[in-house]
Amino acid sequence: MKPTKTLKWVGLAGLTAVLAAGSATVSAASGTAGNRASAPGITSNSITIGSTQPLTGLAAPGYDEIAPASKAYFEYVNAHGGVFGRKIKYDYLDDGYNPSQTPPLTRQLVLQDNVFGIFSALGTPTHLSVVSYLNAEKVPDLFVSSGCNCWNNVAKDPWTFGWQPDYTIEGKILGQYVKQHLSGEQVGYFYQDDEFGIDGVKGLDNQLSASSVVSRQNYVTTNINIGAQIAALQAAGAKVVVLFSVPAFTALALLTAATLNYHPTWVVSNVGSDPKTLGGLLSSFSKGAAGGALVAGMISDAYLPVVSDSSNGWIKLFKGIVQKYAPSLPWDGNVLYGVSQAYTLVQALKAAGRNPTRASVVKILETRKLTGGPGLVPFGFSKKDHLGYQGVEVVKTGADGVTQTPLTSIYVTGNQGKITVYKGKATKPGSSGVPSN
Amino acid sequence: MGIRWGSIWQALGKRPLARHGLLAVIVAAAVLVLSYQVSAYTNYEVAGVAVFATAAAGLTVLTGVNGQISLGHGALMAVGAYTTSLLLEWQTNLPIVLVMAASVAAAAAAGLLFGVAASRLRGPYLAGVTLALALALPQLALHFASIFRGEQGIPVTPPSVPGWLGASFSGEQWLAWVSVAAALVTMVLLANLLRSWVGRSLRAVRDDEVAAVLAGIHVGRTQVMAFVISSACAGLGGSLFAYWLGLTAPGGFSVTLSLQLLIAIVIGGMGSLVGAVWGAIFLILLPDLTGSLATAFNLPSSIGNNLPLAIFGAVLVLAMLAFPRGVQGGLTSLGGFGRSHWRQRRTRRESG
Repeated sequence: MKPTKTLKWVGLAGLTAVLAAGSATVSAASGTAGNRASAPGITSNSITIGSTQPLTGLAAPGYDEIAPASKAYFEYVNAHGGVFGRKIKYDYLDDGYNPSQTPPLTRQLVLQDNVFGIFSALGTPTHLSVVSYLNAEKVPDLFVSSGCNCWNNVAKDPWTFGWQPDYTIEGKILGQYVKQHLSGEQVGYFYQDDEFGIDGVKGLDNQLSASSVVSRQNYVTTNINIGAQIAALQAAGAKVVVLFSVPAFTALALLTAATLNYHPTWVVSNVGSDPKTLGGLLSSFSKGAAGGALVAGMISDAYLPVVSDSSNGWIKLFKGIVQKYAPSLPWDGNVLYGVSQAYTLVQALKAAGRNPTRASVVKILETRKLTGGPGLVPFGFSKKDHLGYQGVEVVKTGADGVTQTPLTSIYVTGNQGKITVYKGKATKPGSSGVPSN
Repeated sequence: MGIRWGSIWQALGKRPLARHGLLAVIVAAAVLVLSYQVSAYTNYEVAGVAVFATAAAGLTVLTGVNGQISLGHGALMAVGAYTTSLLLEWQTNLPIVLVMAASVAAAAAAGLLFGVAASRLRGPYLAGVTLALALALPQLALHFASIFRGEQGIPVTPPSVPGWLGASFSGEQWLAWVSVAAALVTMVLLANLLRSWVGRSLRAVRDDEVAAVLAGIHVGRTQVMAFVISSACAGLGGSLFAYWLGLTAPGGFSVTLSLQLLIAIVIGGMGSLVGAVWGAIFLILLPDLTGSLATAFNLPSSIGNNLPLAIFGAVLVLAMLAFPRGVQGGLTSLGGFGRSHWRQRRTRRESG
């Protein structure tokens, strides 16, 4: 037997043990006695939630894995007693990352499919088009898949919650890294021309002096020709280029720069930086001429455990679940994202008690800290704040174009204020793999 | 009894305004009653049908009745939608009728400009230029991002439900009422226009330009007029579209929208106003159906995600094979077959 195969068997045996242990512990807590149809989308034995996702179109590469990954985790939870005996049904629809598709689809979910809430709806421009609607209808809008700080507007949108660190926080911490470790270099920006990119640039500008930024270029997702912008960065002599871009446009930027023989240090914010996704995109865009090698050395940031770190308990657990419940998915950053988000939702639903209502879930998120999840830092949720994770660590992609390693401590910060080192301890998953609170 | 109905109908036939008005009132009454019976989402879908029917009715006048193809009507809808959004951004409480009228005027003005250029072009050249319009116009929103807010778009406040309808009256139902009313007014006006000298000139130019000139019709002016009428409808459709979506962003006015309108009139039956309604129903309902069909099969996501589009295309091809003259054309010939069959049977019975 080859060593890899042995490892596989060991892994499988480990997983089986985890699963067996899980079913043993939760079977006691499950059962539907006392369950009522306490809110829209909730029956005595099910909870239906909905989402809009880019399953086709320009943002689909990579992001189309997120919802199936969440679903895989829900199926795992369903197979292990569900949430107070209720099975989670996850209904996600394709909006093609087109803000004009999202409103009718969201109304379909709320009015027709009668979902309890919207979960993980993806995209800044897309989700902005329905936030007022969801809040007017008092539908929980949990863990938007976007780091725009537009989700943190408690007075106007009390039903909306973010999840990932907002782009300004990422921009600040990445900016600090550039200032400290790449000092004296001329910096260029390349960002998506909407709240996503603009928020990120706000964070960068908070840290980097105006004189060190030699060129600011942006793009719109409807135009894939970005040659002019990359050439302008090159002409301005930018030795470090910071990107706030979706994966397809990160790949286009790397590829265009390579054809111009332009090799700056790439610093890419989390959402556009998953190495495996980028490697696949690069090889498909260049018809196999380029690949993961272009990603080598890329600097990025993370708020979840490093996806390639198979010694981490969360990675082991989640990877095993995905391999069992959604074997066609690759194991990459997008999948880790989807599973982790699903874990947070199950935490929130469990915390809201046996018969949750739309209002009680929102209240519990504002009053009880959800701890013990896979995130490196705590959530910022409170009565005044609907911000998700509050910080990141800076990571670097190795020469293989896949493995990432942390470069710095874990930092926490807000939209304003100082950046501090996070002192909390890393969490470990419980043996059942299902959140206990 | 039957004779009396017939004579009423005949009398109405001589007064198209009265006949079309009566039909519109009947449809309005039916929608009014039904809107209370169905769910909020169905009302929302009905509103969507009215939005697309309004714009498609305009296009069917241009393409079906006047013979000028336009691949750029999505852009003219964008003119209406942006006018609506900008006006509402400036004054949230503007009366909806005023907002719609301004959107119609703006789109008609754009149509006038474009029609002058278009009337010099024929066939594929016209198609090419209108396609350029569809591609270029939404880009203006990105170029002048300070006014049009770029890709993010401008949020639109939904039309506020009047207080006398009660607190439990849903926004979707009100949207359905407003949209259907606007669509019906458009349809009645267009139907009467098509029965008048305007309609006759439009058809004459479509059928034979030389003959039309010999009959004293100014071909260029007629074509520009067709463009203006059609753009006005697109503008109204765009205004309703903005209310319907709650957002006006360039992503909503891609070439796909223009092609969808063309699909609607081809599927519904070129040149027929009722056909435009069939086409709009097709556009709203089919994505829903194909979506649920695609999830019914357990396919790998790379195939399953793209399946709705593939089914949409396949249905389109099949529909064209089965009903080359569209749904309305198919229904008319079915009706014609039924009538002649009935007449034959009656003749046989009377003679036998």
